[in-house]
Amino acid sequence: MAGHVSNQIDSKTLWGGKVSPFSTSYGKLMMWFFLVSDALTFTGLLLGYGFARHSYTGSWPIGEETFHSMPFLEGHYPLMYVALMTFILIVSSVTMVLAVEAGHRMDRKGVIKWMIATIIGGFFFLGSQAWEWSHFIHGSDFGKVELSDGSLAVVKGEFGDIESFKVIEAGHHHKVGEVIKHDPDELKHEYQHAVAQGKVKDGIITLHDGSKAKINKKPNTNLKLIVKEYGSKYNVGDVIEGKKAVEMYEEAANSGQANRIVYGANMKQNEYGPQQYAQFFFFITGFHGFHVLSGVIINIIVLLGVLGGIYHKRGHYEMVEKTGLYWHFVDLVWVFVFTFFYLI
Amino acid sequence: MKRDDIIEYSLDSHHNEEQGVSIRKKIYKVTIILTLITLVEVLLGAFIKQGTTVWPFVKWFFIVLTIVKAAYIVLVFMHLGDEKKWLKYIILIPYFIFALYLIFILLYEGNSIAQIWSKMLVYLKK
Repeated sequence: MAGHVSNQIDSKTLWGGKVSPFSTSYGKLMMWFFLVSDALTFTGLLLGYGFARHSYTGSWPIGEETFHSMPFLEGHYPLMYVALMTFILIVSSVTMVLAVEAGHRMDRKGVIKWMIATIIGGFFFLGSQAWEWSHFIHGSDFGKVELSDGSLAVVKGEFGDIESFKVIEAGHHHKVGEVIKHDPDELKHEYQHAVAQGKVKDGIITLHDGSKAKINKKPNTNLKLIVKEYGSKYNVGDVIEGKKAVEMYEEAANSGQANRIVYGANMKQNEYGPQQYAQFFFFITGFHGFHVLSGVIINIIVLLGVLGGIYHKRGHYEMVEKTGLYWHFVDLVWVFVFTFFYLI
Repeated sequence: MKRDDIIEYSLDSHHNEEQGVSIRKKIYKVTIILTLITLVEVLLGAFIKQGTTVWPFVKWFFIVLTIVKAAYIVLVFMHLGDEKKWLKYIILIPYFIFALYLIFILLYEGNSIAQIWSKMLVYLKK
């Protein structure tokens, strides 16, 4: 057996025991063992998600309804952004495998070129994920609303712009009669904050400084309330549309009660669905993002080695191959996260 | 004294320019396959809604496509397909034993808990 193996490999490859298991070097084999254990970690996480989802009786959030925004663009682009992220990661995986191939030909320039491309791809992915997180945390225009019967509904429709706040009761900062006008987005954020904290009642908003102001807002249009958790009157899956939807939403927004409407997601509340959904989103994509970050850092360190000519002198570019294995693994994990978290 | 305890890399894995051309061709072919699969997944995901009658088939189709994608990444990009047969096995077999067991036990358990809870909810509503 040993003779058989050592015939095929260079004598320098032999391990301490004078054989080389599987004709591979120690470093590469250990990288594979590490990747198996890391793969089991991610399997555990995704299956934890699967367990939470299968044991939940309400309606679980749907990927294409939750993730449909694109940077710099208005409108609905279901899953397009995640698909773009997937594509970026696949491309950076390809440039990595090209770097490994160049290393096998001892083509130092090729290795440098493709490794730089891989690192740029990694940064693009990290940036995309930061945007995705920020979007997920800030949430939609309408948030999740608790209706008068206690049921919870998500809201679709067009948000009527807020034109101004007219102060009717002075606070520390604003005087009576003052008209506060920022750009609509800024006013919207202030309004959402106030609604979430229960500081909007009957069209009157209590501002940060304690002053009270009348909200001058265009009406919301095309509202559609989709019930996600049952209350005493509505059941999961009920859809409320038209004038009634507007009335019910306005009732919750103007109730003056905190947490009737929840915007975005964090560790304590989640507009998209059950709380575990946000927790799993943060943990799984966060843990994967951390892998991407460490992959980028390791790639940069190896690139510095390549630039310094360390591996060329050594006579082989195995280090590029090992960091390549890790990088492909990160891509591999994302393929599964994409399917099981976003698609199904 | 010549040290024999330093583990060096197999020089067998070097290849020449000609072999490089065919390897790169294979890499580009796999790139196109992976991109097309992702495109198909996104289009299906965007146009077929969850809860429709075809959805269960689409769901299983997604899972199959994912496994195809994973196989291409592991076997071609990570070169596991070019490694020794038993290296392949010691990596894949323990992983699949654990993963398949976990899939079975967690999803089965999850479904039973959901069943019990929905019975409870009917009871509580009465």
